[in-house]
Amino acid sequence: MRKVFLWLPLAVFGLLLGVMGHGILNPEQTTIPSKLVGTKVPAFNLPAAVPSHPGLTNADLATGKPVLLNFFASWCLPCIAEAPVLEELKREGVVIHAIAIRDKPEDVARFLAEHGDPYARIGSDVSSRVQISFGSSGVPESFVIDGKGVIRHQHIGDIQPQDMPKILKALKDAQ
Amino acid sequence: MRVLLPLLFLLSAPAMADSRMEAAPLANVQLKDPAQERQAKALMETIRCLVCQGQSIADSDAEMAGDMRSMIRERIEKGEQPEAIRKWLITRYGDWVTYEPPLSSTTLFLWSLPALLLMAGGALALGRIRRKR
Repeated sequence: MRKVFLWLPLAVFGLLLGVMGHGILNPEQTTIPSKLVGTKVPAFNLPAAVPSHPGLTNADLATGKPVLLNFFASWCLPCIAEAPVLEELKREGVVIHAIAIRDKPEDVARFLAEHGDPYARIGSDVSSRVQISFGSSGVPESFVIDGKGVIRHQHIGDIQPQDMPKILKALKDAQ
Repeated sequence: MRVLLPLLFLLSAPAMADSRMEAAPLANVQLKDPAQERQAKALMETIRCLVCQGQSIADSDAEMAGDMRSMIRERIEKGEQPEAIRKWLITRYGDWVTYEPPLSSTTLFLWSLPALLLMAGGALALGRIRRKR
């Protein structure tokens, strides 16, 4: 019995080493999913981010038809990579609304001219307030919202070509 | 050259993408009422930054952390309770966002660990003392 106790400290040390080693080799998950998936979109009312598009309110996200809400910014590099995929989704008949984060009208206009414009409405969120109220933590990020304004799916990061079936399915399921 | 080289880093632009907007109004400006500012600061120190994980929003220079600081100060200025704001954030980002994890089934072990360790230590010490006699 005594002998077992003598080995105990070493065993505890080994256990700690294992736990810490595991932590180092498998870094923590870095995306923080929104807890609002499955609930109604928060109320908001954003002015237009560019003169060419109307602004966005939560009422625009509950019109009886599922929509894709895309958080983007002209200063966001992955958003450029995502732009052609969004255009492809638009060609598939998806209604895409956007919220531009911390952006100036001229910068948004330039971004749309350079990288394409798949958006129906674009709200301007200059202090990330609406983004925070969605539980979103960065750009780009997209939410599939059903006709009643309930968030059904969140996509963190840029939507890549291989993600398209997943997004289209989420939109179909939201019908 | 060896002296100048580190200085060159000061000139280089960081690769991180940032917006061209100024910081939100109250991101780096204290509230006029010191008591409110103290409340806001205490809350900010226990809210985790979303983009620079591992830092609190009080410590972070990230734009989103600044936006969150500004939001917290504005809401406290309007008279909202810090814990209500914390709850509001938790309903959006989960327990992850707070450095003061609330008691739940997953954190029960974490919270009871100090008491458990103290009891184990006490039992160990008691056994030793008894044996010596």
